[in-house]
Amino acid sequence: MSSIDLWYTTRATGLVALVLLSGTMVLGILTAGRATSTLPGFARVAIHRRVAVLTVVFLAIHVLTSVLDTYVDINWLAVVVPFTSSYHTGWLALGTVGVDFFLAVAISSALRRHISARAWRLWHWAAYLSWPVAVAHALGMGTDTGLPWVLGLVSACITAVVGTAVWRVVRSARSKGELPPTIISPRRSLRLSAGSPAGAK
Amino acid sequence: MSTIRVNPAACDGFGFCSEILPEMIRRDEWGFPILADDAVPEDLRRAAEQAVAFCPRRALRLETTGPR
Amino acid sequence: MNTLESIRTGTARLLGDETRWRTADLDAHVRRYGPLFRAESGAGWADRLLDEIERSGLTGRGGAGFPSHRKLRLLRSAGPRFQPVLLVNAMEGEPASGKDRVLVGSSPHLVLDGAALVAGILDAGKIVVCTPDDRPELARILGAALRQRQGDEWSTAPVEIRELCGRYIAGEESALAAGVNGRPGVPGYRPDKSVPVTVGRKVGIVHNVETLAHVALIARYGADWYRAVGTAEAPGTCLVTVSGAVEKPGVVEVATGTRIEEIIGLAGPTRLVQAVLVGGYGGTWVSREELSAPYGPDGLGSFGGSMGAGVLVALPVEACGIRETERIVRFMAAESAGQCGPCLFGLPALADDLGAIARGERGHHVFDRLLGHCDAVDRRGACRHPDGVVRLVRSALKVFAGDLACHLRGSPCGGSVRTSFLVLPPVGQERR
Repeated sequence: MSSIDLWYTTRATGLVALVLLSGTMVLGILTAGRATSTLPGFARVAIHRRVAVLTVVFLAIHVLTSVLDTYVDINWLAVVVPFTSSYHTGWLALGTVGVDFFLAVAISSALRRHISARAWRLWHWAAYLSWPVAVAHALGMGTDTGLPWVLGLVSACITAVVGTAVWRVVRSARSKGELPPTIISPRRSLRLSAGSPAGAK
Repeated sequence: MSTIRVNPAACDGFGFCSEILPEMIRRDEWGFPILADDAVPEDLRRAAEQAVAFCPRRALRLETTGPR
Repeated sequence: MNTLESIRTGTARLLGDETRWRTADLDAHVRRYGPLFRAESGAGWADRLLDEIERSGLTGRGGAGFPSHRKLRLLRSAGPRFQPVLLVNAMEGEPASGKDRVLVGSSPHLVLDGAALVAGILDAGKIVVCTPDDRPELARILGAALRQRQGDEWSTAPVEIRELCGRYIAGEESALAAGVNGRPGVPGYRPDKSVPVTVGRKVGIVHNVETLAHVALIARYGADWYRAVGTAEAPGTCLVTVSGAVEKPGVVEVATGTRIEEIIGLAGPTRLVQAVLVGGYGGTWVSREELSAPYGPDGLGSFGGSMGAGVLVALPVEACGIRETERIVRFMAAESAGQCGPCLFGLPALADDLGAIARGERGHHVFDRLLGHCDAVDRRGACRHPDGVVRLVRSALKVFAGDLACHLRGSPCGGSVRTSFLVLPPVGQERR
């Protein structure tokens, strides 16, 4: 594969990976949503997992082609250690950081059965760190952001993820106590009050 | 021979289990699972395993009973 | 119920001399009870004591009522390297119960004797005495008692006093272990109760303070002495807290098999009693006609009750049983650990149903809703808290059936729904 082909592949898979990552985020945030008969709750989780796997695939190709392309200096170290490449150092570093966070989420999910529920939850929230970093990386690298359709695609991703997140926050704030608290675990609210002294008997 | 059991303290009422295995799991008025006590029949075994795997809180378990 | 006293009876074994209460006087203790068996000490004392405990028929006094020797034998057979942790349970989360704190105030050295003996039988590595943090005097008395003891011959296990957050469920075995481990004091899911709780990385064994006090007496006087009073199936004495419509509410020590009405009589009923709550807020109501039943596992078991936390609350005829049950259920709902949906949502639903009936909401649909909620809540939690509430409600429907029928018709029952009779702790945020 020539350098140009590698470069095109890097750009294309990067964009696709961003779209897939955004889709993964939306589906993940929607876990708390009302299940319908056409899309039961577990199906949403199943799709979320499959889209996440697809994201890994495209992200892997994106990383691979960017390293193999000798036209710019991105070595294997730069994949996981930020600020070690001379090419668009800062924006590339963001991509590296995004990969790091995303790997944390992916590996912890793969090993879910072997870690505690609390640990898994903690690592999974790294997803909320990986996505904005990935968006910043995509916009900052600047290769294709001149194209209006690319800009439009990235904007759509941002709107989808941010909108879904806002919806979930509003919904949980409004319905606290009314619905079975799948968002706020009853044990979490208990933990806040368990430290308080008991009343007089 | 296996039965499906839930850890009520871990369960947060997501309800995925009742979607995957409606033949043996239904939800009460607050969304929490009511499990059938009987053994899981062979044709539902795969669905039961999926229900256990899909629980976001890992609250379900398939317990094997019967002769060792 | 803050200034609870003991009621003098002839069968005082556990409860000591009232004039020396809360003084933790070791000399007075030895004068009253004698020293622990010394001539028989030596190799094999633990097995001999274990045999005596089995022969005595002692059962746990924390609520479950299991034969005490069984757990001890099991852990003892595991071998000396196990080094389990003995948890001494003085939490007494049941608000209607005062026997454990009265016992500690009256005879702390009996409790500590028992703890040392059991620790010796088990080769325990540590003893942790658990007291509720809203009753600091218990920790104080036990601390003072410990300082007087120059080390026990039966156990070299260090004794530690821990004050834990004193909620209703905090005294449950797994909740107690969680509290000692530094986690929130809520019960864990234990499908297999034979698997012991853990404290740190060691096996934990929990004993109620009254049970340990009985062990200390059996060690001194033997199983035959222990069996001299009480029934053959459940020998010995037990502590009972009597309250409600009585002149002198307090803690009394009676032989098992004593009739319920006799025990209430010791506290001096002030008004005509329509029913008695037996066991605690998660126990059962017993009607006036059944008060001649003997107090003990068999006598109470005949109407689905048990000794539970050793509680008898007398309800006067002027009260409305449905309304009082509603108030108890509301308290129990607030005391839920909140871990399990059916308990967290079901108990308030039960309280609401009872409230609707108490207010005279007509129609059988309310009653059916109540029954439905009972089925939806029973045995669907990780611990037995919701089960106790369902048991209470079902017994109320039986015992107060007449009042229930009136309410469902929309006519007033014999009692008053506006006044409240039972003294319940405040619910929710107002507590301290």
